[in-house]
Amino acid sequence: MKYYGLLFIFLTLFSCKEVPEKEKQVELKKLNFEQFKTYLNKNEDKTFVINFWATWCAPCVKELPYFEEITKTYSKKDVEVILVSLDFPNKVESNLIPFIKKNNLQSEVLLLDAPNENEWIPKVDSTWSGAIPATVIYNKNKRLFYEQSFTKEELFTELNQFIKH
Amino acid sequence: MKKHANKFLFLTVLSLIYAFSTVNVTTPPIEDNTGYKVGDIATDFSLKNIDDKMVSLADYDEAKGFIVIFTCNHCPYSIAYEDRIIALDKKYADKGYPVIAINPNDPAVQKQDSFDLMKVRAKEKGFTFPYLFDEGQKIHPQYGATRTPHVFLLQKETEGLRVKYIGAIDDSSRNPSAVKTKYVENAVDALLANKTIEQNQTKAIGCSIKTVK
Repeated sequence: MKYYGLLFIFLTLFSCKEVPEKEKQVELKKLNFEQFKTYLNKNEDKTFVINFWATWCAPCVKELPYFEEITKTYSKKDVEVILVSLDFPNKVESNLIPFIKKNNLQSEVLLLDAPNENEWIPKVDSTWSGAIPATVIYNKNKRLFYEQSFTKEELFTELNQFIKH
Repeated sequence: MKKHANKFLFLTVLSLIYAFSTVNVTTPPIEDNTGYKVGDIATDFSLKNIDDKMVSLADYDEAKGFIVIFTCNHCPYSIAYEDRIIALDKKYADKGYPVIAINPNDPAVQKQDSFDLMKVRAKEKGFTFPYLFDEGQKIHPQYGATRTPHVFLLQKETEGLRVKYIGAIDDSSRNPSAVKTKYVENAVDALLANKTIEQNQTKAIGCSIKTVK
């Protein structure tokens, strides 16, 4: 009985210790615009889907599962989704990281911590007002910019134009 | 474990509150088609202030102009700018350019932007300027405001109130400590010095204005 008691204590200790460690596994790259720019112009044999969003933006959160579905549907060799968060830098710990954990996001999430919006927003696309959600889909041959929300069907229809059949 | 579950539930509820309270619906880019351009004459208005009195720009005999800012209670960008808006009023009201804040949102769409909650927010933050309610959402389309916050700097001239600057308050909405260029301050300083405003138009970064479609 004594050993069972010890075993119980060990198990309790281990199970308590493991949970917070597991929780800490969210890697979030914080980039300024210079660092982020390379994601907009990768010369690779695949299609990139770059979605600008934030946890406080309800239409963004609504369409996020469709982008996740792209990640789950396609091999990373063919299509890569990058979720670019425009959350406020002081809300990263309180909102963004918990959101990523809760929803178990599989696509890569970046925090774009870029001041001087009037300079970098037109560099993403000259027509962009800065409103989110906004999405860029591109590959070597084609690039389109969308300042809109998507339904799942709309998003996959747009993506299909970029994929070799 | 139960404690963890509770914490998770709390975070879930918190993020849900965030998600639903701060809708940023995309609107088509209409900035170029309607509303004022720099150089146009802007309309005056009579809108209800948080003290329940009506305010018109014509009430300000001694003003040289106005820093009209469309802003609201709920939008994270508006909240991020509150202290900077108060600072603008403190710096420029005495020099003849007071801030006039207008909430353009329809509370039927965004209930946090109700007139009663405007009073609460203004009191919490100690607003030093009028915070007016665009009842019926009639004034902001005339100005062509599409975002909160969205600034229209007006100068009193013999023909009326001329629009001198349209856009953002400064170049770093989300991070006040990273501001490099203060667009509105530069514009008002230029007017006060009788100089040309170098940058008289910028993109206003913020939430879309919430109205019934």
